[in-house]
Amino acid sequence: MSELNDLYQETILEHNKNPRNFREIEGADKQAVGNNPLCGDALRVFVRMDGDTVDDVAFKGSGCAISKASASMMTQTLKGKTREEAEAMFHEFQDMVTGKLDVETDENHLGKLKIFSGVLEFPARVKCASLSWHTLNAALSGEDEVSTE
Amino acid sequence: MSDWDVEKIRKDFPVLSQTVNGKPLVYLDNAASSQVPQSVIDRTSKYLAEEHSNIHRGVHYLSQHATTAYEAAREKVKRFINAPDVNCCIFVRGTTEGINLVAHSYGKGFIGEGDEILVSQLEHHSNIIPWQVTAEERGAKLRMIPINDRGEIMIEEYDKLLNERTKIVAVSHVSNSLGTVNPIKEMIATAHKLGVPVCVDAAQSVPHFPVDVQDLDADFYVFSGHKMFGPTGSGVMYGKREWLDKMPPYQTGGSQIRTVSFEKTTYAPLPAKFEAGTPAIAAGIGLGAAIDYLNSIDFAAAAAHEHDLLEYATARLADIPGIKITGTAAEKASVLSFTIENVHPHDIGTILDQQGIAVRAGHHCAQPVMQFFDVPATARASFAFYNTREEVDKLADAVQKVIEVFA
Ligand SMILES: Cc1ncc(COP(=O)(O)O)c(C=O)c1O
Repeated sequence: MSELNDLYQETILEHNKNPRNFREIEGADKQAVGNNPLCGDALRVFVRMDGDTVDDVAFKGSGCAISKASASMMTQTLKGKTREEAEAMFHEFQDMVTGKLDVETDENHLGKLKIFSGVLEFPARVKCASLSWHTLNAALSGEDEVSTE
Repeated sequence: MSDWDVEKIRKDFPVLSQTVNGKPLVYLDNAASSQVPQSVIDRTSKYLAEEHSNIHRGVHYLSQHATTAYEAAREKVKRFINAPDVNCCIFVRGTTEGINLVAHSYGKGFIGEGDEILVSQLEHHSNIIPWQVTAEERGAKLRMIPINDRGEIMIEEYDKLLNERTKIVAVSHVSNSLGTVNPIKEMIATAHKLGVPVCVDAAQSVPHFPVDVQDLDADFYVFSGHKMFGPTGSGVMYGKREWLDKMPPYQTGGSQIRTVSFEKTTYAPLPAKFEAGTPAIAAGIGLGAAIDYLNSIDFAAAAAHEHDLLEYATARLADIPGIKITGTAAEKASVLSFTIENVHPHDIGTILDQQGIAVRAGHHCAQPVMQFFDVPATARASFAFYNTREEVDKLADAVQKVIEVFA
């Protein structure tokens, strides 16, 4: 079960149980829905900007432990970041879960989010981990809907 | 199950003897696709190694040989489902293609403005969307036959929905998401009182029990080879001649014509009319071999063994606190769909996979069923006659482990 423990680490299980910022944002200036057609999961990401800075970010929806924990930790990380920083993190995260970025050797700003590098061993779950980030990216770019397929 | 030697049967399926993630494979995803016995692999390889050529075209030795083998497979299909006429067994790529064929060609021939198409709430997307498209194209209305809390079609509602505008009923013999066995013989009889034909999605029935399309009086009966121990790319659309003769072709092109000029084409007789282009010859011959295999075992004992597994698994899982079984119809085959409180089915699927256990986690291409039960997805174990009670025990233990991880 060693690989499994890489995936379902304590932190991920805890965020799954108690997702942070699991709420709507009244009057959010940006929001988008992300669909994972493979499993029918959907989540909505809300963003409120203060100028160029992410003032508040939250999410609602249904999903597996990986997608929920990923969304939860994403919202924690993004508050206070500029739009540019948020987009850069989206790309780093995406590169990590698709194996293009090695969190041990390549420079990155992922911090706690490195925990999701474990999904590399579980190709079927990569989209679960990246759903919230794709949704965030869509929201920031002014699209209202995105799909992982 | 003394009259079913499962260990002996397992030896016929080479895939089953491997290990996955360091554990012996426990293959419980048979409803998605079943495994293939050595005899089917051998027959398909022999064809590719020794007999391959295009069919129905060459006068040369190999072409004749391939044609004979392919047509022999069709004859096996006919006997397997007791079709009245071998030429009414149309080879298709699978259930999806077969239903698209019926929806398109029957729709074009017989469905018009204001007509109605009845589809049950239990259906796989491939028995919903083609009808949706046909309804839209023909200006017809798609109406849904509802299910009850056990996942059974509400027959009283079906009777009420049928009317003189109904042009076809599309219903599965066995539901892939819940395992419900639908009373299709009765449903067909009711529809026929109004002269309405019935298209049966048989993807999940033919692998599990003997079928007689004449006894059922089915107008169309459609299934996939890869769910009945045959290769992918093989499948059958059986249709009554009275409909097939009057329906326009689905795809058009080579092999399905009588004469062609730029002014007019006349079509070949059945089955060629519905089989444009070079078919999946190896797959079709492999399907024939799968039928030979099913004829070589005691299919009734196999069905009894599967039923025992389903009941045993249902009892084992029902015993675990926090588990909910979705689909509790009185008549079920092969499928056990379940959810665990506060655990997403995908997480169940991944953790089971680490134990070497293959199940399906998702909406099973039946989102209306998921919506009805108000779940985004379920985990689904589906059994074949080569599964064992020990495998069910492993499933139950692994499910217990999932609950511990998420406790
Ligand atoms: C009930 C049912 N209908 C249709 C299909 C579609 O079959 P295929 O993918 O082989 O075309 C399936 C299989 O997924 C099924 O279970």
